Parts: sequence; structure tokens; C-alpha cells
Amino acid sequence: MTINEVQDSIIGEFSFFDDWMDKYNLLIDLGKELPVIDPKFKVKDFLIDGCQSKVWLHPDFDEKLISFTADSDAIITRGIVALLIKVLSKRTPEEIISSDLYFIEKIGLRQNLSPTRSNGLLSMVRQMKLYAMAFDAMKK
Amino acid sequence: MKNIAEIRADFPILGRSVYDKPLVYFDNGATTQKPQCVIDALTEVYTSYNANIHRGVHYLSDMSSEAYENSREKVRSFINAGKKEEVVFTSGTTGSINGIAFSFGERYIKPGDEIIISHLEHHANIVPWQMMCERKGAVLRVIPVNDEGEIIFEEYLKMLSSKTKLVSVTQVSNALGTVLPVNEIITAAHSVNAPVLIDGAQGIQHGVVDVKIMDCDFYVFSGHKIYGPTGIGILYGKEKWLSELPPFQGGGDMVDKVTFEKTTYNELPFKFEAGTMNFTGAIGLARALDYVMSIGRIDIAIREKYLLSHATERLSAIKDLKIYGNSVRKIPTISFLLKDIHQYDAGMILDKMGIAVRTGTHCAQPVMDRYGIDGTIRASICFYNTREEIDILAGGIEKVISMFA
Repeated sequence: MTINEVQDSIIGEFSFFDDWMDKYNLLIDLGKELPVIDPKFKVKDFLIDGCQSKVWLHPDFDEKLISFTADSDAIITRGIVALLIKVLSKRTPEEIISSDLYFIEKIGLRQNLSPTRSNGLLSMVRQMKLYAMAFDAMKK
Repeated sequence: MKNIAEIRADFPILGRSVYDKPLVYFDNGATTQKPQCVIDALTEVYTSYNANIHRGVHYLSDMSSEAYENSREKVRSFINAGKKEEVVFTSGTTGSINGIAFSFGERYIKPGDEIIISHLEHHANIVPWQMMCERKGAVLRVIPVNDEGEIIFEEYLKMLSSKTKLVSVTQVSNALGTVLPVNEIITAAHSVNAPVLIDGAQGIQHGVVDVKIMDCDFYVFSGHKIYGPTGIGILYGKEKWLSELPPFQGGGDMVDKVTFEKTTYNELPFKFEAGTMNFTGAIGLARALDYVMSIGRIDIAIREKYLLSHATERLSAIKDLKIYGNSVRKIPTISFLLKDIHQYDAGMILDKMGIAVRTGTHCAQPVMDRYGIDGTIRASICFYNTREEIDILAGGIEKVISMFA
């Protein structure tokens, strides 16, 4: 699936629920499916700034695709990271850099999270794109 | 006293809903809601007599200057200061503490001198003193706290010496709700001739404050935490200190005579009020103090005690809920954690139920470090909250626990 196909399937999944509690329950479940990060990467170097809760994000590049693993000490945040990983993991650096993450808006994550929390979400996206740019530069 | 329905009707925002649920506002420690009379006061200024104070020869300027000075008198009487000259308007608690930390440091502090604060301070009563100590080579000492969240008084007494140049402590811990024994702290500091600044940001709105009886040298608070507007605050200082201290800001209105060679300063309190002051805020604050007086400060304290005891009872009955700060002397602020559930997760779900609480460190990271935690969920209650709202919170917490189980 392309990045946009994954985004559309997430939008579809969230559109089943009108109630925010159900959407949160879905995020909680998604958090449980998050690819487990190696504990050795749960250190300051992989901590993302700008989130109210702690988020660790580790990129792995096999010369072709970038894979992300992550974790958070807050479960809802873990669900949000899991969504981002579903969309952006196992992609080429070019795909990640040029991606337009419209699903965040569509499933109501941005407007339903307060600015500080939303910044946390945006910090995660920015960090993923920064890793992609770094790997892209390395390749060249 | 007005009944609770009448009180709530005075605060228009309390009638609104969020996410289609009635708002339950338990973030009063961060800022309080405003009664209609305060909102009206601001509108009145802008619709009827807005003009810069102390400047104009014209009618409106006279009117606004008079309203501003009357507001100062209101504040003086509210805290029972001896003179109007001892009441300085600032931008808030943070502005007041920064001002004193700067001026006091410039005037009196030498390398090796000591400033004492407590482990319960808000960052606003830590960082300005750290900055001053760094500038002046002074030493910052911290009164430790026990597991209940109370300062250990004997340790404080041991710290006091001829090196102590100032003690700056909070009246009430914003993170835990503990009320500090400020009278005893002040008496002890005065025995070594050290002046005391009391951070009243969380104290002024929960009882009767009398700076004469307290005998503090400085008392500071913010308007927005006592049902007044944001951006206005108070610095009370005994005349003897304010006269000796240099101004912390230079600008218009605080001067007597300005030449390029030398400037002489205006008299108190104007020496400390540089530039156009937030006169609208000051007028709104005075109206808020009137409002508090009309409800009655003792009545407010009694009602809050009752709400605190109901909240403590309901919340402590919840399995897996741990309250941080268990002093017998508390304002109705309850800081807590739910076993294994991140405070941020809990806060987000409570928000969706229309319940506003604060999560995180509450600008008091050292307090969190004291307990080895990253933060708490804080429900800060005040007199316009109800028993039913506390029950909604308790129900909300149960729901959070079931969601994350």
C-alpha cells in the first residue's frame, strides 16, 4: 500500500466512530500493536522534544527503506505514534520526505488535541522527516 | 451568603458546555473564571473612560487615573497594608518576584550571602532567586519537605543565620495545596533580621490575608487567580524596603526629573511603575476584590473546606488512586496519580468528559522530583465548584481506570 492508501484506510477505520471515547479506545488498542522498540534505544538521544509525555523514536535504515520503532510512557500517545509508524515506516526516504499527512486532520486528531499536545504530534512527524532527510543525504 | 446557584450564575462561563457536556472546571489553580461584574468593569473602562493615567490634563485621563488610584486603595484595604504607597501594581506574581529579586540583589546582596526558599516553590519563586544568586555570588538554600508535603520547620530553623539575607516562600503550594506556616516562618526569619517575601499566588483567594498581622516584608499575588483579569498583579512591600530599593524598571512615569546626566526617581509607589501600567487590569482586579468581599472571605474558606473534605473522601475511596500532599492544612487542591496510568492519558480522557484538570509538573518540577514522579493530575477546586462536580470527577476517574485496565 502507498502512504496515501494507508492514510485512507485509517480515515475509514476512524469514521466508524462518532464518539470520542470510542476513538480513544481505538488509539489505545493501536498503541498495543506498536512495534516494540529495543530497550537500549529508550535513551535521551532518541527522546522527542515537545511532547507532554515521553516519546522515544528509533529509525533503522537498510540502504533502501527506513523502519521506525517507538514507545511512549502514555498509552494514547503510543497509539498516535503507532498510527504514524503505520503510515511512514518501511518507506524510502523520498516517500517520507514528500508525504502529506492529511489523515491527522481528517480523523480529527489535530483539532481535538490541545496546541501543546498537537505540537507533540507535529514534533513526531518532524522528527521522522528529519531522519528521512538525514538518511537521504547519507545515500547521496 | 448567596447560595451556590446564585454564585454560579455570577460566572457566565460556568454555564457553558464542552464536547456537549457541562463544563466541570477544576483548573482554578492555573487561573480562575471571572464574575460578570469583572467583565463589566473592563467593558466600562473601554466604553466610557479609557485614557492613559497620570498623563493627561483632560477629563477622561482624570477619570481613569482616579479609578486606578481607587483600585490601589481597594487592594491596600483588602490585604490591610498600612499605606497606599506600599502597594505597587505589576504584571503578576512572576513580575513582582523578578522585580524584588533584581532590586534586592542590586542593593543588598554580596558573595556568600544566603537566600532561603522551600522545596514547594513554583518555578516563579525559584528561578529569579537563582538568577540573582548567580549574578551576585550568593547561595540559594532550600527548606526540605516531608512525605506529607509539609516543610520541615526544624531544618529551616537550622538554616537561618547572619548570612541569611532574605527568605522567600510560598503561602500555599500550587502543586500539592499545602498551606505553609508563614507566620512562624516570618517570626523566625526576623530573629536573624532577614526580611521575608510571601508568594501569595495560591493563598490570596482562599482566606483572609492581613499583611500587618503576618508581618511579611513583601507579599505578592496575581489578579487572575482571584477572579480578576490577567496581566495585573500586586507587589506589597513595607515602606522602609520600598524606599531603599532601587527601581527594577526604568521608563516613563517612574521619574522625578530626567536629564542625560542624572535621573531622580518619583515617589512611592510610582518609582516601581514604569511605563503605561495595566490600569484596566487594576480596575478589574479591584472589582474582583469587591466581589470576593461581597461573598465573604470566611464564607469562601468554609465552603472550600467542605468541598476539600468531600473531594478527599471521594477520591481516596478510589482503589489505585494516590493523593500527593496530605497535610492537614490544605486548600482544596488535590494532586493525584492513578496507578500505572500516565497522568497525560487520564487528563485527555477527563477532558473529553468535560472535566478540566491540569496534568504535568505544575511548574514545580522539584516537588515532582521529591516524590520521584514525572507529574500528577491536579484538581484545583474553588468556592464556585459543587459537590456534584466532585462526584462527576470521581465517576470520570473510575471510567479512566476501566479504559486503561
